[in-house]
Amino acid sequence: MTTLARVKGYRPQQRHLPILATMALLIGAYIFGASSYEAFGSGQVILDLFINNAFLLVVAVGMTFVILTGGIDLSVGSVVALSTVISGDLLQKHGWPAYAAIAVVLVVGALLGAGMGALIHFFEIQPFIATLIGMFFARGLCYTITTEAYSIDNATIATLAQTQIPLGDELHISISVVVALVVVAAAAYVLAFTRFGRTVYSIGGNAQSAMLMGLKTGRTKIAVYTISGVCSALGGLLLVLYKSSGDPLNGVGLELTAIAAVVIGGTILTGGSGYVLGTVLGIMVLGIIQTLITFDGTLNSWWTSIITGALLFVFIVLQRLVTRRTR
Amino acid sequence: MKALTKQRLFWPVVALLVLLLGDLIASPSFFKIELRDVHLYGNVIDILKNGAPLILIAIGMTLVIATRGIDLSVGAVVAISGALACLWISDNPDGVGTTLIAFGLALGLSLLLGVWNGWLVAALGIQPIIATLILMVAGRGIAQLISDGQIITVNSHSFEWIGSGYLFTLPGAILIALAVFVLASVLVRRSALGLLVEAVGGNPEASRLAGLRSARLTWLVYVFCALCAGIAGLMISANVHSADANHAGLFIELDAILAVVVGGTQLTGGRFSLGGSVIGALLIQTLTTTVNALGIPPESIMLFKAIVVLVVCLLLSPAFRRKFRRRRSPQAGPSAATPAPEKVEVTA
Amino acid sequence: MPEPQPMVRMSGIRKEFPGVLALDGVDFRMFPGEVHALMGENGAGKSTLIKVLTGVYGVDAGTIELTGDEVAFNGPGSAQQAGISTVYQEVNLCPNLSVAENVCLGREPRRFGRIQWGAMRRRAEELLARLDVHVDVSAELSTCSIAVQQLVAIARALDVDARVLVLDEPTSSLDAGEVEQLLQVVRSLRESGMAILFVSHFIDQVFAIADRMTVLRNGKLIGEYRTADITPVELVTKMIGKELQVLEDLEDSGPTRAEVADAPVLLAAEDLGRKGGVAPFSLDIHAGEVVGLAGLLGSGRTELARLLFGADHADSGTIQVDGETTALRTPRAGLDHKIAFLSENRKAEGLVEELTVRENIVLALQASRGWARPLSRRRQDEIAEKYIKALDIRPANPEALVGNLSGGNQQKVLLARWLITEPRLLILDEPTRGIDIGAKTEIQRLVTQLSGDGMAVVYISAELEEVLRLSHRVVVLRDRKVVAIRDNNQALTADDVMATMAEGVQA
Repeated sequence: MTTLARVKGYRPQQRHLPILATMALLIGAYIFGASSYEAFGSGQVILDLFINNAFLLVVAVGMTFVILTGGIDLSVGSVVALSTVISGDLLQKHGWPAYAAIAVVLVVGALLGAGMGALIHFFEIQPFIATLIGMFFARGLCYTITTEAYSIDNATIATLAQTQIPLGDELHISISVVVALVVVAAAAYVLAFTRFGRTVYSIGGNAQSAMLMGLKTGRTKIAVYTISGVCSALGGLLLVLYKSSGDPLNGVGLELTAIAAVVIGGTILTGGSGYVLGTVLGIMVLGIIQTLITFDGTLNSWWTSIITGALLFVFIVLQRLVTRRTR
Repeated sequence: MKALTKQRLFWPVVALLVLLLGDLIASPSFFKIELRDVHLYGNVIDILKNGAPLILIAIGMTLVIATRGIDLSVGAVVAISGALACLWISDNPDGVGTTLIAFGLALGLSLLLGVWNGWLVAALGIQPIIATLILMVAGRGIAQLISDGQIITVNSHSFEWIGSGYLFTLPGAILIALAVFVLASVLVRRSALGLLVEAVGGNPEASRLAGLRSARLTWLVYVFCALCAGIAGLMISANVHSADANHAGLFIELDAILAVVVGGTQLTGGRFSLGGSVIGALLIQTLTTTVNALGIPPESIMLFKAIVVLVVCLLLSPAFRRKFRRRRSPQAGPSAATPAPEKVEVTA
Repeated sequence: MPEPQPMVRMSGIRKEFPGVLALDGVDFRMFPGEVHALMGENGAGKSTLIKVLTGVYGVDAGTIELTGDEVAFNGPGSAQQAGISTVYQEVNLCPNLSVAENVCLGREPRRFGRIQWGAMRRRAEELLARLDVHVDVSAELSTCSIAVQQLVAIARALDVDARVLVLDEPTSSLDAGEVEQLLQVVRSLRESGMAILFVSHFIDQVFAIADRMTVLRNGKLIGEYRTADITPVELVTKMIGKELQVLEDLEDSGPTRAEVADAPVLLAAEDLGRKGGVAPFSLDIHAGEVVGLAGLLGSGRTELARLLFGADHADSGTIQVDGETTALRTPRAGLDHKIAFLSENRKAEGLVEELTVRENIVLALQASRGWARPLSRRRQDEIAEKYIKALDIRPANPEALVGNLSGGNQQKVLLARWLITEPRLLILDEPTRGIDIGAKTEIQRLVTQLSGDGMAVVYISAELEEVLRLSHRVVVLRDRKVVAIRDNNQALTADDVMATMAEGVQA
């Protein structure tokens, strides 16, 4: 048990241990950073974490739904890229109004997600393969639309991107962060308080049983991939806000980061167990590592991937130890 | 048994033939092979030569998938292998000796990486997708560490050979791939390795209780896969005379997994087909060559690939065939419920 | 008095799977306020008929009528909505969710779409209380015993206003007390007018609870009978078409206890134990001896057996094989010492379903030779043919996929696997569970024969008569401890053993 738990004086359920470990790591990393670097201690550092990773958080929330059912979605990075490219194309090349373009992007994301979900449910193609095909398909679409990046200078987008929402005297967040947090809250509610959400968990626990229990597993499975598609599309839009550009090379490897965040957040890859809050913590852990490296300034960028890999290793072993003990 | 093999390899082979036929129709000179300076050239040769790394990795990946595992780290191993070899060659005088040492070092490190993966999966019991994800994430960083963030260019004639050299009129790369394929096939079918791997993949616990030391088998397949990736890494960097830690072998794990699945081996493990994976790899490579040869804009490669693979996967999917068959021959009587998949117990 | 209308009427049901005709023109009907038992060997079609009734499978021909109206289900959900509730043989629940959720999943009390967790917990508690089960409904299902999980499944089935309740082998994981509890519940449901379909291999339970029986054999309907009009012997005869005399004969064959006691000690376990498995015990097994393990569900029989093989490794104590101390830490070690173990869970721990009969049979032998010394294809074929014949495995096709065989034949394939390794000690954990009477008889006959040939056998079965029929000595376990080791002579009766199982060592 963690010291924190002992201090609080309650016995955490076995399945909460991974998420508590993540929290402990996060707090530890923050304390380390704050004590090593002066500027680290400011609250804005944490908020910047959210500002910079808002798009990733939204994508990871979508991934959480999929992983909870025991599946996986490898297409998220490409759908993010596709969203940015479609935005660029509609806004820059065709002069569409911003909200129309946003609507189109979300619909495309939903359709792609539903398509993959259909492949998985009706044709029983493994999620890994179906979403892999989706990844190539979306990335391929990107390249057929454009081979070069668009620079976006639409007025609405610029406003949305640059608006800072003040929190007290010195702190501020961006609109993306608000969007991301709304998504997180909605996801957490759905998973805890709706029949759909509980069906998601049941599919991850035992898909066969869920079916025999009369649950609408087919619909739910397709829905989670649709959700992931929409989240990826939304993530792409937030990325457009963040970078004001649409680039077919966006998001390469993003799915890995999203999966890493979900795993570090305590969700088990085989499904049935995990929380959206965990994913948030996972994103924060990854973000704080990146921030620490930036603050250090001496480490080359490739250390990020090495450290992320090492972190993943530690967490996975931790998860393994915890699940072994419950047996 | 024969019918099963025939059915499993049937669709991938058909797809490959259809694609080649399409090539022939679109460009009648597609299959032209020229003999220049004792070397064979042509599109088909290109497919074989450029496809050799993918074929190698697909072979290694097949055995891993057969044990119900997966190896996402092969791309990273490719990058690391190339980086180490090029580092050694660039720091040492040019010559066959240097090249051989470089090979030895690169393959040695690949072996170690395979041992690492094997340890995580066999000894620590970590799920393969997650275990190899670690190396996949950290691996590029390690490759960059080795090459110090630079692209190392080498100019070594002997090193070049493994990428683009020839032996007996055929590209050396494809001969190596062929040799590995033959070696692996013989090993798997002439020894009991095939049966044991299929048993471990089909039901790991039952195999353990039957006295199978699955740990050893697991190590073996991950080490073999990493080794294949290491050789592929040497080929890839030799081909471009350099080591690019960021781009070497990018996405090759995905191509390899697709090749294996398209070749008829299922991701759930058990029965596998090395021949099928080779065909799958050739199919994917042919796609790329087709696009180049027919002048299709290279941006479309991905889209093209996605569609072809989708079609083959659908054809291979029993669920798809069932629905297709039902549409062609209407059933007598109410058949409203979807028949449950074979997994549901049919015990009375 | 005219007969009441049947609530369920299935006519001319035909269902085919690739290579298997599971149901061939079967009629079946259920009346309200009646318990109707469906009887038949494995492979007879019982499970398929149930899955047709409950909407999991569609039919190739035939009709289903519910209170006179023809229905066609397109999935388990629609059957449930029509009022047919099922509790399957495998506990089909979600272990990662709480007890309350499992009871109410899909019908959670909601307000404006939001699940009312408190109300849900209360409802689950109520339903479980009706079955006299009191557990923490917020606990994860996986923390509950299999018996409780089974009752949760039944509580779930009660949650709907079901008019038809299907119970597929509901008692296979329950102990005597829980069985009686369940039968009481069934009786009260019957009184309330429900039509109940009851499938069980336990003939005495069927006679205790059923009003009517339908017998299937090889996918065909043999007949429908009122319980009062048929005796157990007649029933079994209709099910297997053979006589039970064979089983009686077994009692007198095989080596006697005296002969066996003089034989050399094959395996000696001293203070062997494992935390969470079974408390330290000592046991000597002689060559040619049949040692039966008796005890309630959860008493530690399987855990004990696994220690003798090496499937689990012991925390304490020693094992001596032929006088030499060895540590049996892995199945490999067990096999190297010529010990073989047939697990009770043939699906998860026995068969590799996508491999053929031949491959499954030779697996253990091949594993012991290692991958470098393969058995030639010819030798494999020889072995497969020999055992297919000796054990009457059907279909007699070594290249058939073992996943397509019926339970009894799968069991025989596994037996063949172990017999080929020429073990000197064969441990059989529930070898006759879930298989038809014909195969049961064959297996018991085989055990006696092997023992006569000098093989030592450890025999675990929930059916006490089997254990008493075959064993030279009986080891009784209770709550993970060996409480008695008794010679199986004339004085030992089933009641004695059951008393020991229930109360521990007699003074």
